Amino acid sequence: MSRKSKRNEQPQPAAPATPARGGVSRTAVFATAVVALLAAFAVGAVAYRSHQSEAARQVAAKSASLLASTHAPLLGKAEAKVHIVEFLDPACETCAVMYPHVKKLMADNPGRIKLSVRHVPFHQGSEHVVRVLEAARAQDKYWETLEALFATQDQWTVNHRVYPERIWPHLGGVGMDLERVRREMNAADIAARMEKDMADATALKVEKTPEYFVNGRPMPRFGLEELQGLVRDELRLAYR
Amino acid sequence: MTIADDGPAGGGRTELAWFLVFACWLLATTSALGALFFSEVMELPPCTLCWYQRIFMFPLVILLPLGLFPFDPRVVRYALPLAAVGWAISVFQVLLVWGVIPESIQPCTKGVPCSEVQIEWLGFVNIPFLSFLAFTTMVALLVAAHYRSKP
Repeated sequence: MSRKSKRNEQPQPAAPATPARGGVSRTAVFATAVVALLAAFAVGAVAYRSHQSEAARQVAAKSASLLASTHAPLLGKAEAKVHIVEFLDPACETCAVMYPHVKKLMADNPGRIKLSVRHVPFHQGSEHVVRVLEAARAQDKYWETLEALFATQDQWTVNHRVYPERIWPHLGGVGMDLERVRREMNAADIAARMEKDMADATALKVEKTPEYFVNGRPMPRFGLEELQGLVRDELRLAYR
Repeated sequence: MTIADDGPAGGGRTELAWFLVFACWLLATTSALGALFFSEVMELPPCTLCWYQRIFMFPLVILLPLGLFPFDPRVVRYALPLAAVGWAISVFQVLLVWGVIPESIQPCTKGVPCSEVQIEWLGFVNIPFLSFLAFTTMVALLVAAHYRSKP
């Protein structure tokens, strides 16, 4: 007690003695700054959030027709009511990591989920790999080729650089005619499909891979849990 | 507009020193709110190095005003070490982003890589660079305040 009162008796070395004389007080300047900064943060947050949700709504409205494309490779039963459209780059590491999780979602809900893949070769040199994938479809080996490429990705990409010639040794086990793939991969219809995929990706504002749309709905933000949540919601709506 | 010197008789020198410390606080608070905006509003996940820089930035938001009211020039003594360590971490991350430091000795490979650039304005202004600018300016302001407040 006595210590406390003694401390209080000590003269404050630099107490705000007088109020503002001829100007604005320091306290007022400080308080104004605090209020202004917090207000700027709050206004910014509200503006950003509303801008985001408006952008997502516009994309979703436009997306239905772009996502319904019939040219894309499809996995699963056509009558499945939950349709995942995945934009992927075969050279993208995250795509390779996410792929088994998507397969597991499908295995956990047999017959209820179908998957379409659209190609967005953002990595340099990756479009060559996409051509191989597209050519594999003629021999009905698309999914086998995709899985073989994902499994060996670290051997034909180094630091995000694609070495297209290195993929061939890894495709031996797929069981398709590789000579035929080499012959057909530069066909005009493949180039047209690739252009359509890229055009749709631009229209849907797909800037990163992988990007998923579940029955037309994009993920609120990227993440496995977000994807699983989106699929769960759509399954509940479609099969209640 | 003049700011009234409601401290002791310090004259123009303390007035300027007070203002330098105040500017430093303004910058620290703007940076802290900016960091929170990136992670909480825009939901960009902060990498490990960002967290370390936050550890040295956020306390300044609380610490500096304690030295402003009433004005205590010795606040520089307590704030400068925090700003200096934060500055060193920000230099490390900028070098990482620019590729001067190779990825192999990068301390954070889990989660978000610290060399990944999530936002870029004008081709070179990214979040680590903003942090570097903020810490550099804050160190400069605090050093200036120290010399200004010397009797």
